[in-house]
Amino acid sequence: MREQILMAIDKNSKLTSKDLAAMLGSTVEEIEKTLKELEDETIICGYPTLINWDKTESEKVTALIEVKVTPQRGQGFDKIAERIYKFDEVESVYLMSGGFDLTVMIEGKSMREVANFVSSKLAPMEAVLSTATHFVLKKYKEHGLPLVHEKSDERMLITP
Amino acid sequence: MRNPLSKTVVGIEPSGIRKFFDIVSEMKDAISLGVGEPDFDTPWHIREEGIYSLEKGRTFYTSNAGLKELKVEICKYLNRRFDLYYDYNKETIVTVGGSEAIDISLRAMLDPGDEVLIPQPSYVSYLPCVTLAGGKPVIIELEVKDQFKLTKEKLLNAITDKTKVLILPFPNNPTGAIMEYDDLKEIAKIVEEKDLFVVTDEIYSELTYGQKHVTIAQFPGMKERTILINGFSKSYAMTGWRLGYAVGPENIIEQMVKIHQFAIMCAPTASQYAAVEALRNGDSDVETMRNAYDMRRKYLVNAFNEIGLECFEPYGAFYVFPCIKSLGMTSDEFATRLLKEEKVAVVPGTAFGSCGEGFLRISYAYSIENLKIAMERIERFVKKYKK
Repeated sequence: MREQILMAIDKNSKLTSKDLAAMLGSTVEEIEKTLKELEDETIICGYPTLINWDKTESEKVTALIEVKVTPQRGQGFDKIAERIYKFDEVESVYLMSGGFDLTVMIEGKSMREVANFVSSKLAPMEAVLSTATHFVLKKYKEHGLPLVHEKSDERMLITP
Repeated sequence: MRNPLSKTVVGIEPSGIRKFFDIVSEMKDAISLGVGEPDFDTPWHIREEGIYSLEKGRTFYTSNAGLKELKVEICKYLNRRFDLYYDYNKETIVTVGGSEAIDISLRAMLDPGDEVLIPQPSYVSYLPCVTLAGGKPVIIELEVKDQFKLTKEKLLNAITDKTKVLILPFPNNPTGAIMEYDDLKEIAKIVEEKDLFVVTDEIYSELTYGQKHVTIAQFPGMKERTILINGFSKSYAMTGWRLGYAVGPENIIEQMVKIHQFAIMCAPTASQYAAVEALRNGDSDVETMRNAYDMRRKYLVNAFNEIGLECFEPYGAFYVFPCIKSLGMTSDEFATRLLKEEKVAVVPGTAFGSCGEGFLRISYAYSIENLKIAMERIERFVKKYKK
């Protein structure tokens, strides 16, 4: 049941407990109980909305920063990752295999804001060896959902 | 001038769906639950393979019966899914959709006067195809009390000494009914005793819920008497590619290839290459779509029962078939009024045979959001007319 609920709301968190109960052949109580458990166990960490900001008036700049760091004894990468992700500007942080250690996604109002963050906050950290900042020019797809083109139902209205 | 038209063709009634389609087309902004095809796009890796085949210049005919790689993959699929063994070379033909396979299998088997048993409600083309092949259609009316399954008794009642072919349309469009192992076992026994042949249309075989599809060809003695039809439209969301296939005894397939060769030449080449990819690497796509359909199916059955329209639980295809008899309207009236008053298009059960009277075919090849809006409108409509 847990797996089924997660699959159902992965792409659509707007479904109500009543909908989910009907879709999964369960009861509202059972669904709510399971959702609560999933939240308590931080398997469900939040219910954000996928917004294509490019289509709005607000200015947003996203950057992907490759960060090389020195892991700390006893704590590996976790401590430095935490120091980084606690900044509000940071959207996501991943530990990577390969040529660098952390991928840090930053969201800012302008390029200058992002540049400031990198030069005054991120790069000077003691454990940070180097950074390489890449600005996102256009987002095509996020969370499995395409952001660019709107799709209409082109099927005929009635077919056998 | 003489009458240019064939009496046989003129005598065939136009599809009930067509009539309704014309009304719907005039309505702007109607929500439709009337579509008999998946809402998913063909998975990208399959489309990409079709595109690649065009880029490579594979723009020629294939052999009449189909591309060898595809026939091999079809036989492998039937083997891994249903434990069936067919020879790709002699017992397999690739057709333009399952529809062509229905047509040419009947034409290959029927002589004038041969009777063909057609369980209804069912897909609209069996009856005209039988007529065009010179056969005589004999309808078996299925009932909701049997969950729209074909029962032993109904089959025996319909058989005469002229009966030659039984059409098995399961998982069923429009009812969503399936035939389970025990149901088919009894049917297979009668088919053998009465020396009949079976055309089994299993286009929805991948879309069954809670249990795996069983085919009559699996039963002892049945392979020799069965033309098994399947295709890519429903399982891989490939309706527009027009690709299906039939497998069966060599002597029948050989004659089907003959008709196909003269009428069609071969199925579209790009579609055939795409279908190879579908069978090789498409199992997980099918599962994803099946899971999505299953949730919508449960949602709809629940929603209809909640608003007081009895709806038996269908275990196959992507339709529910609720009963509207409690409203005292015919299916046609209900569908027409629902469209005019609430702008929701559904297909009256009668489009699939007169025994579909009192029922509606509701397709769940739509997103949950869409289904929710439609169900709100249907609920409002039902409340208005429920006594």
